[in-house]
Amino acid sequence: MLLVLLKSVPGFLRFRLITREIYYAGVMSLIIILVSGLFVGMVLGLQGYETLQKFGSESAVGTLVALSLVRELGPVIAALLFASRAGSAMTAEIGLMKATEQLAAMGMMAVDPIARIVAPRFWGGVFSMPLLAAMFSVMGVFGGYLVTVIFIGVDEGSFWSQMQSSVDFRYDIVNGVIKSCFFGVVVTAIAVFEGFDAPPTAEGVSGATTRTVVTSALAILGLDFVLTAFMFRGVS
Amino acid sequence: MWPALESGHNLGDVTHVTEILEVKRQKLMVTSPLIEFRNVNFAYGTRPILKGADMSISRGQVVAIMGGSGSGKTTLLRLIGGEVRPSIGSVSVAGQVVHELGRNELFKLRRKMGMLFQFGALFTDLSVFDNVAFQMREHTNLPESMIRDLVLMKLHAVGLRGAQHLMPAQLSGGMARRVALARSIALDPMLMMFDEPFTGLDPISLGVIGGLIRRLTDTLGMTSIMVTHDIQESLRIVDYVYFLADGVIAAHGTPDEVRESKVPFVHQFVHGEIDGPVPFHYQAQPYSQDLGVGAGSDV
Repeated sequence: MLLVLLKSVPGFLRFRLITREIYYAGVMSLIIILVSGLFVGMVLGLQGYETLQKFGSESAVGTLVALSLVRELGPVIAALLFASRAGSAMTAEIGLMKATEQLAAMGMMAVDPIARIVAPRFWGGVFSMPLLAAMFSVMGVFGGYLVTVIFIGVDEGSFWSQMQSSVDFRYDIVNGVIKSCFFGVVVTAIAVFEGFDAPPTAEGVSGATTRTVVTSALAILGLDFVLTAFMFRGVS
Repeated sequence: MWPALESGHNLGDVTHVTEILEVKRQKLMVTSPLIEFRNVNFAYGTRPILKGADMSISRGQVVAIMGGSGSGKTTLLRLIGGEVRPSIGSVSVAGQVVHELGRNELFKLRRKMGMLFQFGALFTDLSVFDNVAFQMREHTNLPESMIRDLVLMKLHAVGLRGAQHLMPAQLSGGMARRVALARSIALDPMLMMFDEPFTGLDPISLGVIGGLIRRLTDTLGMTSIMVTHDIQESLRIVDYVYFLADGVIAAHGTPDEVRESKVPFVHQFVHGEIDGPVPFHYQAQPYSQDLGVGAGSDV
């Protein structure tokens, strides 16, 4: 990790390398993030309405959807999806480059593979993750709106106004973004490490890819609890 | 394929060029050796690979290193490139002891080396053109127009100028090897290393690669080291052969000396005999004992 940070300078000097990785890790993950966000928001809207209407509070469904998404589900589910889609791809790509001697060839050409291959992928993932989480949350809110306001008929004005009055920019949204930044660092660090450390065989690359997804998922969920404990301690 | 012939020169000119190259090569060879192995010991974990190997390679030569599978041939190349360090002894390249170099000095030395990996190791996300241009873009500040000209010259030298836009996945094994060769000579190295350059090639591609190794070594004034099992092709193009067995240099000589050699290991290797110093059977207990017959059996 320290090595990657130290060797990131050439990558920043040639930002083209990082933008290329933002495209592969971020832009290429957009479809799965947007579609998942939409459905998660729709389910939240449905379940929220189902529960809240028992207490006559169905107008608070907008608050429920928005807070659930920006605080928890947005960063966490986007990170899990990112680990499965982009993290596993990073590990497999770097692992296969190792297995086919591309990294060794690069080293023999006096080009440092950590600076040229690993660092741009790491930063590409770190920059992509918060943006993807934000897109997930936006799409989720839209999904909730679609189900509760358009399909069920909850009042549109109370849906948006309750959401606006309950969601605090610094406390809720910024904390959600901070969470997704942490997840981005953790997931991409695990992905590039597993790829670089993979035994150079088909079995080795396959095992490393699996480890990336499993370790990332556990790390995201564990870290989420720790971050939540620090960020939201009953203060409103 | 041969520039002199393509440009319309007659055979007299070709002979003249060949003579000039030969004189140039002889001059290079009389100077100090480019690579020296002195009592090199190396082990992967507890498994010893080299046990006091001594070897000296002169400038301007094409040298083959031969030996059985797992005898440590590729390890010799990795020691020269500084990928691994000897446990005892030293490897010198152009007067520099490789394992004593710092990271920056090692990378500086590697810029003067080229390596052709067994299956090319082309970067699969880059086109043929970008693969060859890779080192030029990484290590020089040449303008893109000049890089383009240089890349086309290198690709022309290996006969693949027309394949510049293809991706590595679209190349045959022989073509990939030729592109990798063009890439490895991109910065005109002083030393080229070839790891099993003939593996898996059809006879035509094999002849093409062999011819290119010899011709590029002579025309670029390089030194080439080739790790190979292909005895016929390598004896056709190399100046000198080292045989590696049991972690030491078991024999060495010119191709003619190798062909006539009476050394049992060399004879077995050159003539492809199934039994000899390298036994056909893996070490085992007596056959009769395994079958449960004869003395000492309970049956």
